[in-house]
Amino acid sequence: MKYHQVLVVGGGLAGMRAAVACNRRNIKVGLLSKIHPVRSHSTSAQGGINAAMNNHVRGKHDDVMRHAFDTIKGSDYLADQDAVVKFTADAPHRIIEMENWGVPFSRNEEGKIAQRPFGGAGFPRTCYAADRTGMYLIQTLWEQVCKYTEASMREEMVIYDEWVCLKIIVEKNKAVGVVAWNLAEGKLEIFKADAIIMGTGGIGRIYSNTSNALTNTGMGMALAYWAGVPLKDMEFVQFHPTTLKGNNCLMTEGCRGEGGYLLNDKGERFLANYPDSSVAMEIAPRDIVSRNITREVMAGRGINGQDYVYLDLRHLGAEKIMTRLPGIRDLAMNFVGVDPITQPVPIQPGHHYTMGGIDVNENAATPVEGLYAAGECACVSVHGANRLGGNSLLETIVFGAIAGESAVKYIEDGGKTGDVSKTLEKGKKEVEDKILSIFESKGDEDPSLIREELQKVMAEKVGVFRNEKDLKAAHTKVQELRDRYKKIKIMNTSGLKFNQDLMWNMELEGDLDIAETIVAGALNRKESRGSQSRTDFPVRDDKNWLHHSTFTYTPKGAKLGKKKVTLGYFKPKERTY
Amino acid sequence: MSKEVTFKVFRFDPEKDKKPYFQKYAFEPRQGMTILDGLFHIQRKIDGSIAFRSSCREGVCGSCAMHIGGKYRLACETQIKGLGKNITIRPLAHVPIIKDLVVDMKPFWNKYKSVKPYLMPGDPDPASHERIQSEDERKKIDVLIDCILCGACTSSCSVTATNEDYLGPAALMKANRFIRDTRDNATDERLRLVATENGAYRCHTIFSCQYVCPKDLNPQASIQEIQELGVKRILKEKE
Repeated sequence: MKYHQVLVVGGGLAGMRAAVACNRRNIKVGLLSKIHPVRSHSTSAQGGINAAMNNHVRGKHDDVMRHAFDTIKGSDYLADQDAVVKFTADAPHRIIEMENWGVPFSRNEEGKIAQRPFGGAGFPRTCYAADRTGMYLIQTLWEQVCKYTEASMREEMVIYDEWVCLKIIVEKNKAVGVVAWNLAEGKLEIFKADAIIMGTGGIGRIYSNTSNALTNTGMGMALAYWAGVPLKDMEFVQFHPTTLKGNNCLMTEGCRGEGGYLLNDKGERFLANYPDSSVAMEIAPRDIVSRNITREVMAGRGINGQDYVYLDLRHLGAEKIMTRLPGIRDLAMNFVGVDPITQPVPIQPGHHYTMGGIDVNENAATPVEGLYAAGECACVSVHGANRLGGNSLLETIVFGAIAGESAVKYIEDGGKTGDVSKTLEKGKKEVEDKILSIFESKGDEDPSLIREELQKVMAEKVGVFRNEKDLKAAHTKVQELRDRYKKIKIMNTSGLKFNQDLMWNMELEGDLDIAETIVAGALNRKESRGSQSRTDFPVRDDKNWLHHSTFTYTPKGAKLGKKKVTLGYFKPKERTY
Repeated sequence: MSKEVTFKVFRFDPEKDKKPYFQKYAFEPRQGMTILDGLFHIQRKIDGSIAFRSSCREGVCGSCAMHIGGKYRLACETQIKGLGKNITIRPLAHVPIIKDLVVDMKPFWNKYKSVKPYLMPGDPDPASHERIQSEDERKKIDVLIDCILCGACTSSCSVTATNEDYLGPAALMKANRFIRDTRDNATDERLRLVATENGAYRCHTIFSCQYVCPKDLNPQASIQEIQELGVKRILKEKE
């Protein structure tokens, strides 16, 4: 059995930031990640990170309340306004801290951090480092972790990479430890901790058309869900307007922020034809642009009548593309053989982000004592029904730090896990039994087909536009897949050492249960708000639906509930751009 | 004519197998399939026992560098089409094998850590504002910051092959990224770590690092720069 005062699960930006926060306060921390931290999906974030820094010539009048307003309006008024104000007020400080630690931000003419326009923002507010902001942030945070572990003489900070968390153990509504799987050694191990912080990221791989990394399965959120923590607002799934046709790699919103056009088959900038995007055009928020691209495609005005349109960057010129969007150019050339300097890039909306997640408050605390969550796996909620571009990187470092600080405070105030060895051993035994039952399964269900069918039904029926008929069919299908999962037969039953067949297929159970919450939530919410666009309930209905949805695990599926939205600063208004 | 391709995949579990072997997997690739897609096809449809790393599938996370069809490449960025009917896939070299294509990257990370791979500004963080850096100063670290730490260069290096203490191209380029960063103020300290016998001066200018780098970076140029700075530092001390 291993013990750390704080155990962080997930090694992306939120997890590493939380671990650093603990370390800086002399709390012994372990960081558990199923992949090496620099391989985390935070690396794929491109366009930037928002803060009212006033560094852009057109951003001199920006301030934290304007950032808060844009975030709340972008959320279609479902965000908790006190949390958003805390979030935007903390933003400049957190970004400066990352710069001070070494992030190679692009610079403006004064040598300050450069900022660019992004969707739904009243000012150019998105700090960037070319189009690899996430990669530079994660490498810098990893560098800091290296610095701290180098200085760590008594295991103040220990990194467990390629350890898969399989279970969170809760006793009397208090998180006490986890069971994790050391892939390289093929062994299960118990971790006892006084506090646990989840930073496991998004769940995109339940969709076939996602921009997310292969590692973004439903498992992270499911671990908390299975441990009795409610999830929140799961129906709100963001579709990014510009993912590369085919493999759905992200083409940053920065492409449009820098002045890129979206064109239909006739070569028109079609966003002008829709009232909700006719003014902001390409820098309208993601939910609106994704819907209007989808409408064009449905009207037969996709390129050659197919399911994609063009992102045209040619007029930006070679120099701007090479200096500000070099990664985009690489991706387009590698995966579709198109050079954005000379040709338009074929793009289509694709799954990108989950606004919902583990229910936490503005201190990153879940309803379970000693359990915290930050980053995409958490739902504070600062994104409400639709997240603005540039706010997710910000969420990782702001709420990652807050989660770390909250865990530290909890421990300093006396929070401790007592002698719970029986509960921990029981938890480990349950995991062992589960693995044994998969190894010895007499079933004949091929898990790879279950995964493919799940990804397909989510993309086809729980996408940009939704309706009751499709959602009901999707729900039936997901429940059928959950039943079939009980009878899966995997190929590799020879042990635990790097048994990825077992790993992916244990994560598949998380995919299925998380998918079920998304469909149930979408079906339940009879209105259109932010990313949830119901063709059968096309308007926002503040009278009946201005509240969060909650999801509590039961073996049959999620039990749904409601939670109040905190207003107070800005009154809900109609949302146009 | 059959559209099938055959992946000849390196297999080895040091705890179970006496020695490594190659296993062949034949399948019909779909349009646009990458090597990584192919490996997943094998793992999910043919043989669940093979092991390989992956994450972003878009060439930015550095997980899936391996030796594919005669060259170190990222599996996720490499199209099956164009590599012929028989494609041999091996793990990164000069590091211990954990299982199949999964290698123990500890030697790589230890070298990385040994160059103090973090900003050392030498003064307290200003905290209230960023360290000012002009656009031209920032340009000095362009490209050097794009290394994804995949390990392809270090594996391809013939010097690494014969001298396990050689720091290797990735760690040396990381050191140069900080040496060139105008916000860093620890060049002397770093040069003591990297302008050494088993650091920059161990390079034999074979250029394989530059040849294989999936991000088209040039670690060799950084190594040369460190060599030059190291000599200058010694001459200065002698003055």
